[in-house]
Amino acid sequence: MPLETETTSETAPENAVPGAGKPPAVTTRTEARQRAARNRKLGVYGARVAVLVAFLGLWEVCARTDVIDPFNFSQPSRIWDQIWQWITHGTAQGSLGEQIGYTLYEALTGWVIGVVGGVLLGIALGRIRFLADVFGPYIKVLNAIPRIVLAPIFLIWFGLGPASKVASAVVLVFFPVFFNAFQGAREVDRNLVANARILGADNRKVTFQVVIPAATTWIFTSLHVSFGFALIGAIVGEYIGATKGLGLMVAAAQGTFNAAGVYAAMTILAVVALLTEGLLTFAEKKLFRWKPADAGDGR
Amino acid sequence: MSKTPAIELTGATKRFRTPSGALHTAVRDLDLTVAQGEFVAVVGPTGCGKSTTLTLVSGLEEPTEGEVRVYGEPVTGIDPKVGFVFQQDAVFPWRTVLSNVMAGPRFRGVPAAEARERARDWLGRVGLAAFEDRYPHQLSGGMRKRVALAQTFVNDPAILLMDEPFSALDVQTRALMSDQLLELWAGTGSSVVFVTHDLDEAIALADRVVVMTAGPATVKEVFTVDLPRPRTVEAVRLEPRFVELYREIWASLGEEVRITRERGAGRAA
Ligand SMILES: Nc1ncnc2c1ncn2[C@@H]1O[C@H](COP(=O)(O)OP(=O)(O)OP(=O)(O)O)[C@@H](O)[C@H]1O
Ligand SMILES: [Mg+2]
Repeated sequence: MPLETETTSETAPENAVPGAGKPPAVTTRTEARQRAARNRKLGVYGARVAVLVAFLGLWEVCARTDVIDPFNFSQPSRIWDQIWQWITHGTAQGSLGEQIGYTLYEALTGWVIGVVGGVLLGIALGRIRFLADVFGPYIKVLNAIPRIVLAPIFLIWFGLGPASKVASAVVLVFFPVFFNAFQGAREVDRNLVANARILGADNRKVTFQVVIPAATTWIFTSLHVSFGFALIGAIVGEYIGATKGLGLMVAAAQGTFNAAGVYAAMTILAVVALLTEGLLTFAEKKLFRWKPADAGDGR
Repeated sequence: MSKTPAIELTGATKRFRTPSGALHTAVRDLDLTVAQGEFVAVVGPTGCGKSTTLTLVSGLEEPTEGEVRVYGEPVTGIDPKVGFVFQQDAVFPWRTVLSNVMAGPRFRGVPAAEARERARDWLGRVGLAAFEDRYPHQLSGGMRKRVALAQTFVNDPAILLMDEPFSALDVQTRALMSDQLLELWAGTGSSVVFVTHDLDEAIALADRVVVMTAGPATVKEVFTVDLPRPRTVEAVRLEPRFVELYREIWASLGEEVRITRERGAGRAA
């Protein structure tokens, strides 16, 4: 840093542009810094693309030269062909869009139910000591069950339709959201609650205007993770038994030993998950304008 | 004056259960009376129980023993007549400055338009009219403190509890705010209990200065400040009587501070 300052102040007079004193030097320095930042960003993106290309290229080459068995491991070109075929000719269960729509619908419904339930119960138990003491042990027991094994049970209860997938998504989403909302409601700054009460807030107003806003940060961290869980719930449910959906496509491809089909369905799933994640981040930025900026940049 | 006192603590004692299960006495057998319209400053060594005393008066905490009365009525829960400026930052970070100041009237059921008008009026008085759309994290510490003051004053409290409200401010702003506080107080006729570590501030502002003992807090000595009002902080500081009072209170307080220090050192060793 000091070196940079010195060179600029020394070279500036030598350049001898009339009227160009300090301000141009400062501009060029900020410009240089911006350029450096841009270059760094480009470098990172470039390297990322290179890693992907290298990985896919190596995979393709290994498959073509029979280093790995393409029947088991497939290869990028075949996966792409498969995706393209689904896009243009549809899948065995109907159009690709319909499958994605089904899975998203199940995941989203399950997510909304799980989130609403988790937040309501979390805040209620966080605020009302009696409820927490009564229900605490039961929730701990339920949480200890590996919930993904409930998917077959839901299939028996609710049948092949969307309801069983929604149920699997709900149980996966509920617990992380519940625990975060509970913790958020518990750890509200005592000073804020005391201040609100002195200013005239009753219990209901404290809950809605202090506890819930204060807990939103906690809740939102769980929303990110839990949408991923909702997708898992829906996919696993479909995989076990369904009439439509991406999970069914994985199962169907596996049943016909179509490795490319399994990978292709996984790729589509990843893209869908990334897009919804982006939407959530966007919503979060809008909602948390009151937070210092650095907390948001940290993610 | 035969008026009922604004605040009356008789034999008030407060014990807390510490995490290890032991009982910690924060306030012991405290007697204190504050008349209506009186300004009382409370000084005492750190950790002696000043903040705890204020929470007893506010109704946020109940005394373990003894009695607390506000306008003759025993305190059971939070009294709407009480305003409390906390020692720690307690403005709502998710509300804008204006919305923070509106919070009190809104909680009390005042219509939004009227609440906004009153809040704007108070923001003007604390010099933050231009900042009403900001969020607290975009303000300086001193500005946040002024938001807290406006937030409290907008409710027109008859009893005003202030816990080191100016300790986060620089010396100049502090003097300005003190003068402003005196002006505001003169207009409202409310009773004030003002906790501070700054003796200058205590003497300049108060009718009486209460010195507390090292914890558990009881009243050690009460000094009547017989300086004429209206006062301004800079002017009153130069009066001989001020200097004399300062010396007396300093001696009384210094002893307690020393006891607290020695205890702390003893525990650390
Ligand atoms: N909720 C609590 N639980 C347990 N102990 C407490 C609690 N609140 C305060 N105390 C203890 O009571 C004592 C008095 O605390 P208090 O906050 O009233 O001191 P203070 O006089 O306001 O000090 P300072 O001038 O540093 O603000 C301290 O020893 C503190 O540890
Ligand atoms: Mg204190």
